[in-house]
Amino acid sequence: MSRRLLPSGDAALLVECDSLDEVLALHDALAAEPPAGLVELVPAARTVLVAVDPDRLPLESAATWVRRIPIEAAARRPGHVAGEVTVDVVYDGDDLRSTAALLGISAEELVARHQAAEWRVAFIGFAPGFGYLVSDDWPFEVPRLDAPRPRVPSGAVALAGTFAGVYPRQSPGGWRLIGRTEAPLWDPGAPSPALFVPGRRVRFTEAGRP
Amino acid sequence: MTRLTVEASGALTLVEDLGRPGLAHLGVAGSGALDRAALALANRLVGNPDGAAGLEILMGGFRARFDEGAWIAVTGAWGRVTLDGRRIAPYTAARALAGAVLELGPAERGARYVLAVRGGIDEPATLGSRSRDTLSAIGPAPVAEGRVLEIGGAPAASVPLLDREAAFPPPAGGVTVALLPGPRADWFTDAARATLFDAAWRLSGQADRVGARLDGPRLERRVPGELASEATVPGSMQVAGDGRPTILLADRPVTGGYPVVAILSPASLDAVAQLRPGQEVRFRHA
Repeated sequence: MSRRLLPSGDAALLVECDSLDEVLALHDALAAEPPAGLVELVPAARTVLVAVDPDRLPLESAATWVRRIPIEAAARRPGHVAGEVTVDVVYDGDDLRSTAALLGISAEELVARHQAAEWRVAFIGFAPGFGYLVSDDWPFEVPRLDAPRPRVPSGAVALAGTFAGVYPRQSPGGWRLIGRTEAPLWDPGAPSPALFVPGRRVRFTEAGRP
Repeated sequence: MTRLTVEASGALTLVEDLGRPGLAHLGVAGSGALDRAALALANRLVGNPDGAAGLEILMGGFRARFDEGAWIAVTGAWGRVTLDGRRIAPYTAARALAGAVLELGPAERGARYVLAVRGGIDEPATLGSRSRDTLSAIGPAPVAEGRVLEIGGAPAASVPLLDREAAFPPPAGGVTVALLPGPRADWFTDAARATLFDAAWRLSGQADRVGARLDGPRLERRVPGELASEATVPGSMQVAGDGRPTILLADRPVTGGYPVVAILSPASLDAVAQLRPGQEVRFRHA
């Protein structure tokens, strides 16, 4: 395991990790003890961006802060304060059967595995509130659609690559749709605008079932 | 409550303040005025705090009427600015009387006027800011003809009697701005990195608040293949598959999959905000 600090201007640095697991661990550790002057902490697939207000937190101090966190210790830290949410899903997506067929399983098994997995939000990408969810319990890799749909409805529950996600609002998109939810994924007027924030645990359940 | 009724909104008129930093982990960019120094200066000229919301007016063609008297200042782009037909000095506080009509003619220098009104534009804030994010569609809707904007209450500070800074119009010719190394500079050939600083670039027609694409030579990659998307900062210069650089700006997507070769300093970004399509831009080492 290693960690590289890459330059990103005079108010940020980009920390590159070897794997997404390492990103998750590092992000958890950094988010648990944010120093004054930290402006942004943005995880992605292989990196964490650390942006600072250089008048309050010099970039050199931020670099030292990042270097001092042992990855091994970070990996043992339980998912910090990001919490847990349950999302009710109606599994009637247009791509449910074809996706199951691609994976060589039945639609019923795909739905069951999607619900059985303990997901966590790895990072946000593509649009505000669009979480990329990963799970140790999810062995599948789902190819994206050859041609993206021009319009995916808000609340569409979808799969792509090793990720699960939910479209927070209507947009174009190339993920495969397996269901839909009424859960409020994104509301910029709410005190907590995003249901999915990095580090949060997510469970999917079948809507209407206890 | 003073009101400003917009009678002509030009190509694009947006409410902007200094944006909403700290939300990139939710997928929300900082947004805010593209020429931040121009907004801060306009606000100071009328006694507002630096971050009060003003109007960012692209290339002029703007007309509005004040229902009550108000102090105003116009900064950023340089062109013919009139109150009731009488020309007012740029980068200077001016008093609009009740019923006065403010007109911003075509920008002769620079691309974006900034209008500050004493008290600030009092639109509802979203996620802590009154800025319009054009990519995420967050914040006050673009200002259209007929829109009535409310002006906030007077701030504690008075209108300064003297200008504290000499004002210069945005340059008409070439602009040189400073570059810092980007996180993926080593993905490019030595020749490409030299070309970045040697070439005369031009702002392309594909330039908006999301990003400014440059015309010029191809920047060749040393490392082929794809980059997993990673977070960018304002001023990140990403290079697409065709080898052409784009400077990512306030309303950029917060993550991107193209390698970032270099980063512009914040002060340089203000200069980029005032570039006009076709205008020359060169880079120097910060």
